[in-house]
Amino acid sequence: MTSHLPALVVTVPLLTAFAAFAAGWLRPKLCFPVGLTGLGITAISSILLLAEVLEAGTVTYELGRWPAPWGIVYVVDRLNGVVLAAISLCAFIQWISSRASVKSQFSDRIGAFYGLELLFVTGAMGITVTGDAFNLYVLLEIASITAYALIAMGGGRAPLSSLNYVFMGTIGAWFYLLGVGYLYIMTGSLNMADLASILQGMRSSQAILVAFVIIIVGVWLKMGFFPLHGWLPNAYTHAPWPATTLIAPLMTKVMAYVMMRLVLFLFGPEYSFGVLGLKDVVVWWASLAVVAGSVIALSQKDLKRMITCIILIEIAYMVGGTFLGNRSGTTGAIFHLVNDVFMTLCVFLAVSSLAFRQRELDMDAMEGLFSEMPFTMGALVTGALSIVGVPPTCGFFSKWLLLKGALEAGHYEFMVALILSSLVCLVLFFRVFEAAYFGHGERSHGHHRMREAPLGMVVPLLVVAIGIVALGLMSGKVISSIIEPALPRGVL
Amino acid sequence: MGTEVNSILPVLAVMVSAAVVPILASSRSANVREAWTFVAAFGKVGIVLAMLPHVLRGDKLSFEIAPVFPGVSLAFRVDAMGELFALVSSFLWIVTSAYSIGYMRGLKEHGQTRYYSYFALAMSSTMGVAFSANLLTLYVFYELLSFATYPLVTHHQDEEGRSAGRRYLTYIVGGSIGLVLPAMLVCYGSSQTLDFTPGGILANSGLSRFELGLLLFMFVFGFAKAAIMPFHSWLPAAMVAPTPVSALLHAVAVVKVGVFSILRVLGWVFGVALLGNVELGWLVGSVASGTIIGASLVALTQDGLKRMLAYSTIGQLSYIILAGTLNSGFAWKGALLHIAMHALGKITLFFCAGAIYVATKKERISEMGGIARRMPLTMSVFLVGALCVIGLPPTGGFISKWFLCLGSLEIGQIWPVVVLLTSSVLSAAYLIPVVYKGFFGTGPDIQGEGMREAPVWCLLPMTVSAAGCIASFFFPGLFLGLAELIVRG
Amino acid sequence: MDRILEVVIAKYNYWIYIVLMMIGLYGVIAKNNLVKKIVGMSIFQTAIILFFISMGMKKGATIPIIIHGQEASVRASDYINPLPHVLMLTAIVVAVSTLGVALALAVKIYKEFDTLEEDEILEKIRKS
Repeated sequence: MTSHLPALVVTVPLLTAFAAFAAGWLRPKLCFPVGLTGLGITAISSILLLAEVLEAGTVTYELGRWPAPWGIVYVVDRLNGVVLAAISLCAFIQWISSRASVKSQFSDRIGAFYGLELLFVTGAMGITVTGDAFNLYVLLEIASITAYALIAMGGGRAPLSSLNYVFMGTIGAWFYLLGVGYLYIMTGSLNMADLASILQGMRSSQAILVAFVIIIVGVWLKMGFFPLHGWLPNAYTHAPWPATTLIAPLMTKVMAYVMMRLVLFLFGPEYSFGVLGLKDVVVWWASLAVVAGSVIALSQKDLKRMITCIILIEIAYMVGGTFLGNRSGTTGAIFHLVNDVFMTLCVFLAVSSLAFRQRELDMDAMEGLFSEMPFTMGALVTGALSIVGVPPTCGFFSKWLLLKGALEAGHYEFMVALILSSLVCLVLFFRVFEAAYFGHGERSHGHHRMREAPLGMVVPLLVVAIGIVALGLMSGKVISSIIEPALPRGVL
Repeated sequence: MGTEVNSILPVLAVMVSAAVVPILASSRSANVREAWTFVAAFGKVGIVLAMLPHVLRGDKLSFEIAPVFPGVSLAFRVDAMGELFALVSSFLWIVTSAYSIGYMRGLKEHGQTRYYSYFALAMSSTMGVAFSANLLTLYVFYELLSFATYPLVTHHQDEEGRSAGRRYLTYIVGGSIGLVLPAMLVCYGSSQTLDFTPGGILANSGLSRFELGLLLFMFVFGFAKAAIMPFHSWLPAAMVAPTPVSALLHAVAVVKVGVFSILRVLGWVFGVALLGNVELGWLVGSVASGTIIGASLVALTQDGLKRMLAYSTIGQLSYIILAGTLNSGFAWKGALLHIAMHALGKITLFFCAGAIYVATKKERISEMGGIARRMPLTMSVFLVGALCVIGLPPTGGFISKWFLCLGSLEIGQIWPVVVLLTSSVLSAAYLIPVVYKGFFGTGPDIQGEGMREAPVWCLLPMTVSAAGCIASFFFPGLFLGLAELIVRG
Repeated sequence: MDRILEVVIAKYNYWIYIVLMMIGLYGVIAKNNLVKKIVGMSIFQTAIILFFISMGMKKGATIPIIIHGQEASVRASDYINPLPHVLMLTAIVVAVSTLGVALALAVKIYKEFDTLEEDEILEKIRKS
């Protein structure tokens, strides 16, 4: 069975989605366990797959036994192996944690909601595992369209925010498609490995250059890289909580993976960094994006919106880190991708627990939360420390690598941006914690009785929080055994 | 020079504060909860003492927790300096816990469970700093200490606490993320390691004098816990905390962690020889001297007893840093001794301040006239502590200052001696009047009330620490021995 | 002038798709009415579809259907490239689904705000 793992990680969520749809009509109570089983199998498969890659090297899977470059192949190397594991674990934990929330909000449409979520996971897994450029587009659209629908299921402003996301997301995805079209015209191939080898001889082509630019712009648009980020704050903030906790940690990070795959493997480091002097320009721009994201996040009063805007900062880190062009920077960017999946999940799950109990998320309502919901707040503190970059959480170690890469590349402005944004994040979260700790200045004697969120929300949250610290302590092993060997040869 | 011995003892010493769990669990029963604190404190001292024979022999106990970057791992390595610091802090934790019982119960404070748990966490982090084998581990525990002490500083959860807490985190975490982190990176970038090595790791790093100077400044000011001016104002602000917090943390643990970190950087990252070669030692020395004089002068103007003691601490800490910049064995011995002596003296003074507050609710020196009639024991203890801080026999403070002076004379520098003597005079100027007033002055509402001392749980610890001040004058052997080992290495 | 005309006429398919794409983008970005934006998006997508299809064209080639039994004598240059067509079948499906979702959202928005003009909707949001 192990030889079919690359296909399983995509087909299992897909079939589970249909099963969930069906269960929604026949017996809604089954939706949750069906999805849980499916995602559990997916998570286990992706971990087994990662183990296989670590042992035996890159795994290639030909769909329908059509050999590359005519058939579509799934290629799993260390880079997407670890991302696959992260995505599936994130989805699994989120599934458990959001149960209470889904039940209270969507009990009449539970089959549809769960089915859409599973389809989204299918798309995300597929984007990561595929080795074909057009296949990537298809799965990208699967993930995107389901995201549009999930986001729109919230009331009020959600449909409008989602429609704006539809517009911008479509432009982004179809830019990517256009770029792939250019590549196809020039090379006649859609297989990533094949393209990589053909493109090596085509460095000076103008069409390839245009393709590169169009593809990168499209990917950046879907990633929420400043200034192409306009859709993100509204879309994630107005979405219903169960949707946000699934989409926010995954969508932009998967797109960051796409960027890394294209820049590092398809076009190759020499081309991507050398052409147009892109290396320096992009890093400068990323530093600006980091600062812009920090400013935007600082000006938010609503907690959900604030943590959404922090995603902008994290994405800018990844873009900057990739384009630093040295080993430390790229390692840092990849490790940050994995870390950010879990950090974002932790913070969003924690705030969703708060919202489940509190309903109101402005600063006044925060009073006394440390006594009322100690576990949730403890996990939120852990996630916040990771985002700020305090050891021994994992966020510190990826930030260290990014800083090191910036130092080595001489990009001091990126270093300054990184440190500044860490301090800004400290301030951002500190405002929340202060409000929760102090209340209104009266002596709160800790007499608030504990009123935690339901166990099903708190336990997965604690697992993620502990995982963040564990990941940090294990960062040496993770980096040396998984990420460092994943880098292509051209990165110095 | 001794061997590296692999030992789990350092880890155990840090992990003792897993006692937090039983503390939290016994929040219903105050006595059980306090008992757990004592168990943990005694346990910690026990483990530290168990390491002492090894360290005195010259062995270094080490333990690697996890490798994180090539050439850098989270690791412990106990040498004499770490052992000295750990001994002082863990012993004083026992004393402070006893004092806390008297203080917190005497004032019927709220949130006591939270207080004891975070105290335990803070002590663990202090142990972690003491035993760190490299800059990264030190940074990890330094940060953990910052966050563990925030709930303690802001314990009263009132407006004062809020602004004090903000200032606290701004200076301390802002300094560590904004200054220490990039400085660490540059060190790592130039020497591929962050391990504390005798003689430093930057000797062959190829950094220019300007870059080294910049790096040095980033470290010295980044470790804001050392309260070097002008990044010192968090310390007086933090005096809003309950006095046991001020006593142990801000006279002993937190501030000494800052100084300890700077000493590690001076001696084991830069190396005293390098500092001498590029003539940067005097730069830090002058900043330290400025802090010493400046803080002593400000202390003179303070009416709040705790605030005055806070400024006194700021000045005293810079003695240690000043000594660390001098390339002299005696000076370094003095610095290490002063870590212990000042801790004993200052904690005694703070205990007295707290006792006065518990018994009479008075915080201002101007209101403490004639208080010795009510609290003779407290004021006598205060006198002992004052002598220790000023540096007069028969207290240990004299010995450390003696070594400091010897040290600067040894290398032919006169101005550190001048600074030291000036500040001793100034210390006397702000401390002795308190004693004088207390014994011979008259003040509001002292109407022949007879003796009404502080609670016993407060009196005992402060007597113990005062005794410690005096004992360390007559028996400085242990501290001297440990300091000797460091200087030789 | 001649040179420009040469370039335009030779590559007219590219020019068409570029013009269409720009019209579509203009619609999405600049128009106020939500349905017009959706139409713009659709035009944008169609432009790219046309581009792909046009790339499969070969001079003097015919549609790619091979008569049974004559596989041996097939020359690739006689038949237009079917691959872009196949890819665009998928893309058209995607475009249609996106269109469906977008229109459903527009209906929902209309039910909520009673108007399809974006500025009026934002005004109503600001007021509430």
